[in-house]
Amino acid sequence: MTQETVEKVVIFFAGDSGDGIQLTGSQFTNTAALYGNDLSTFPDFPAEIRAPQGTLAGVSGFQISFGSTEIFTPGDECDVLVVMNVAALKANLKRLKKGGAIILNTDGFDKRNLRLAGFADDENPLTDNSLADYRVSEMNVTKLTRECLVDVTLGVKEKDRCKNMFVLGFVYWMYNRSLEHTIDFLKQKFNSKPDVLEANTRVLKAGYNFANTCEISSSRFDVKPAKMASGTYRNIMGNQATAMGLIAASQQSGLDLFYGSYPITPASDILHELAKHKNFSVRSFQAEDEIAAVSASIGASFGGALGVTATSGPGVALKGEAIGLAFMLELPLIIVNVQRGGPSTGLPTKTEQADLLQAMYGRNGEAPVPVISASTPSDCFEATLDACRIAIEHMTPVFFLSDGYIANGAEPWLFPQSKDLQSIKVPMTKKENTDYLPYKRDDKLVREWAIPGMSGLEHRVGGLEKEDLTGNVSYDSGNHELMVKTRAEKVERIADFIPNQELDAGSEKATVLVLAWGSTYGAIKTAVKELLAEGYSVAHAHLRYINPFPKNLESLIRAYDKVLIPEINNGQLIKLIRDKYVIDAIPMNKIQGIPFEAREIKNRIIELHDGE
Amino acid sequence: MENKVYTAKDFSSDQEVRWCPGCGDYSILKQVQSVMPEINVPKEDIVFISGIGCSSRFPYYMETFGMHSIHGRATAIASGLKAARPDLSVWIITGDGDSLSIGGNHLIHLLRRNFDTNVLLFNNQIYGLTKGQYSPTSEKGKKTKSTPMGSIDHPFNPLALCMGADATFIARTMDRDPKHMREMLMRSNNHKGTSLLEIYQNCNVFNDGAFFGMTDKATKMNQTLFLEHGQPLVFGENKDKGIRLDGFKPIIVSLEDCSIDELWIHNEKDRVKAGLLTRFFDADFPRPFGVFYSEDRPTYEDALVQQIDDAMQQKGQGNLDDLLKGSNTWTID
Repeated sequence: MTQETVEKVVIFFAGDSGDGIQLTGSQFTNTAALYGNDLSTFPDFPAEIRAPQGTLAGVSGFQISFGSTEIFTPGDECDVLVVMNVAALKANLKRLKKGGAIILNTDGFDKRNLRLAGFADDENPLTDNSLADYRVSEMNVTKLTRECLVDVTLGVKEKDRCKNMFVLGFVYWMYNRSLEHTIDFLKQKFNSKPDVLEANTRVLKAGYNFANTCEISSSRFDVKPAKMASGTYRNIMGNQATAMGLIAASQQSGLDLFYGSYPITPASDILHELAKHKNFSVRSFQAEDEIAAVSASIGASFGGALGVTATSGPGVALKGEAIGLAFMLELPLIIVNVQRGGPSTGLPTKTEQADLLQAMYGRNGEAPVPVISASTPSDCFEATLDACRIAIEHMTPVFFLSDGYIANGAEPWLFPQSKDLQSIKVPMTKKENTDYLPYKRDDKLVREWAIPGMSGLEHRVGGLEKEDLTGNVSYDSGNHELMVKTRAEKVERIADFIPNQELDAGSEKATVLVLAWGSTYGAIKTAVKELLAEGYSVAHAHLRYINPFPKNLESLIRAYDKVLIPEINNGQLIKLIRDKYVIDAIPMNKIQGIPFEAREIKNRIIELHDGE
Repeated sequence: MENKVYTAKDFSSDQEVRWCPGCGDYSILKQVQSVMPEINVPKEDIVFISGIGCSSRFPYYMETFGMHSIHGRATAIASGLKAARPDLSVWIITGDGDSLSIGGNHLIHLLRRNFDTNVLLFNNQIYGLTKGQYSPTSEKGKKTKSTPMGSIDHPFNPLALCMGADATFIARTMDRDPKHMREMLMRSNNHKGTSLLEIYQNCNVFNDGAFFGMTDKATKMNQTLFLEHGQPLVFGENKDKGIRLDGFKPIIVSLEDCSIDELWIHNEKDRVKAGLLTRFFDADFPRPFGVFYSEDRPTYEDALVQQIDDAMQQKGQGNLDDLLKGSNTWTID
């Protein structure tokens, strides 16, 4: 046996969707995080909750990249592939680098599994030499698990459910990890079921010891803690960070949070998270449909709460009319869109950035809405808080765009202290304001807010065109033009209250600028960092504010010969940039429901840099 | 706070009322404005929310807080408002198209959740604002611009629908009977939970006389039945007819042949009988007016506030720093 130290490892866990793969992955993640590695993860699961067992469609996966160096993405190629059955191998072998390690459960390679995974009768990757390029560790996990639990009084089904712990224990040994965190987790999870706790703990240890004693795996690896900025960290997923950003905005503004939502993948976890925090006065409301969810949120905002609704693209399509109403009423409202593959029902569990133009333009009439996006799982926190600040201080609906990739992805987070968070000033009028006019504006063009309960400030709002100042219904043509222009200008002026765009990496004199938004951040950051180290003249700017753009954006991008815009869509930010600045940026698009790999971006930048 | 004494005029806004001359909506507006001073709620705590349609202009004419929202969604908007602000008196103004067609889904969910709000459903059995298409309550065979050969839609029976959605209060009144309407508005207001008041409202432009038989002097005594809790079901020109129950089968009887003691005694708390009453919906039976059904059931907002209180009791008031920190952290020096 050898022991070597490596800088970075990418592991992919895969199995049937009932094999507990997500749990295995998240346990490994938390243990790596507590150990001090930098990391990034991404789950990849089928849309069906229990897809047919043993089939390719039923494979659930979890990818983690962890290291002693900075990690920005879950990784391109995998170093290790852990598979519970042959379907998981077949579906994911392409992810594994040549010479990589495969840890496989031989029990999942029997006749039945081979047939379900679409192999012919005489085919078997275990015997046909097709895995010769890899380092394969075989073990019959089912058999070993059952043997280890022979004296435990649990049904076979329940015993087999511990299989994932065997594999986890095995991988913990490979990477020299302590079992402590997972044992603590099991203690909490199975607090009331001592026999299940005992079984899981025993199998976890058995997997660890099996790796240790059988020397089935020839090497053991050390991945030292990463040199990260000093401070206290936690692990965070994007949807969790979004939920926390909303609660923080509620605290920073003093407005109670009302969250109206209809279950939809991949946004539902925000609802689950918020429903746990009613002690923050969070009013979570599972509505009867998407339209009711946004409408109830508007009602709550009208009453003086922070109204928030979250969904994915199909839900935004349904909410369009109500978002127009919020725009007309000039009330704060946050619309969270955790984007997924579209159009229509599309690819619910896959990621995409294809709802940007929907956020920009998906309403009747002239109804520009600010658009804010998050670039990483932890960035969802600050970006959400920022979206809420803009919605409240500028009295407008705001789109917050996340996507399936960062919503479900996880990374370490140097979380902030509440005292360091930006405060939010609510433009509430004074109770004694005797001259109150609902649509009188300040120099930001923001109207003052008066809510039910404020005596003497009774007024009516509605979706019909408003008369300037009074807000009374007006069909006057001149007034309509004035109001359309004023509402648009109000949104434009938000640019005075957001920071200038900065470069994430590289210099203003570089040859190529990579300009992007959202979850492409990690892949671009990795690519650009490597290219800069290799001496390429490249820079990276990543947008949080898409409507309005930062005021310096035009001058910033005009400085470059070539502006590359990579997006997980068919070209949407690029339309906005070309339209607004008449700059002929270069598109780079991937529309496969999966994120960019850093190497794809890197290769494209090199092509551009070296002149095509 | 001091109890301010209001008059109906205090609830009249400075906006010119723009319904067609002769519209039944005028009467409803007037009765609502006259009831408002009696509900004992400060004006600033009253909110009127409407959807889209002729009736939905209503909030503009009330000197309270108000929102003229989008088609069908007043019920959903009011739900969110009431969840956020249980202290407010929330009134929902809607029509047959608004609440039963485009907004049908939100109506039934409002009713089952039982938010303490008051729904005034103006039923004129026609689309007025869009100039006269048949509505989900228009009778079969109705000829309109969109149904030149007659409607082939089976109409909704709104109160039967609401019973089906487990409404806790349903009642019916009409624009031509101001006194009864005021009484029903007060009953709606006094009900804790969602009250659904269907108001027969004449559209004199596109559907004039839809309720003629129930309002015309010559016929109304025979075609209407006024419900009173604890009282027998009696109707007719000389109060000479009644309804008797034969098992679950209602039968019209003449009081000459039948003693008043044998009649069906109205009981607002009886869900089964209320269901039968909602089915008095064709020419064979007089149309009931009054409170069909009333039930005490906890409201959504009370349960929500209770959960928040419980969560605070159990976990203490939320601390943002604890939330940000989570349960697993590690420190890098």
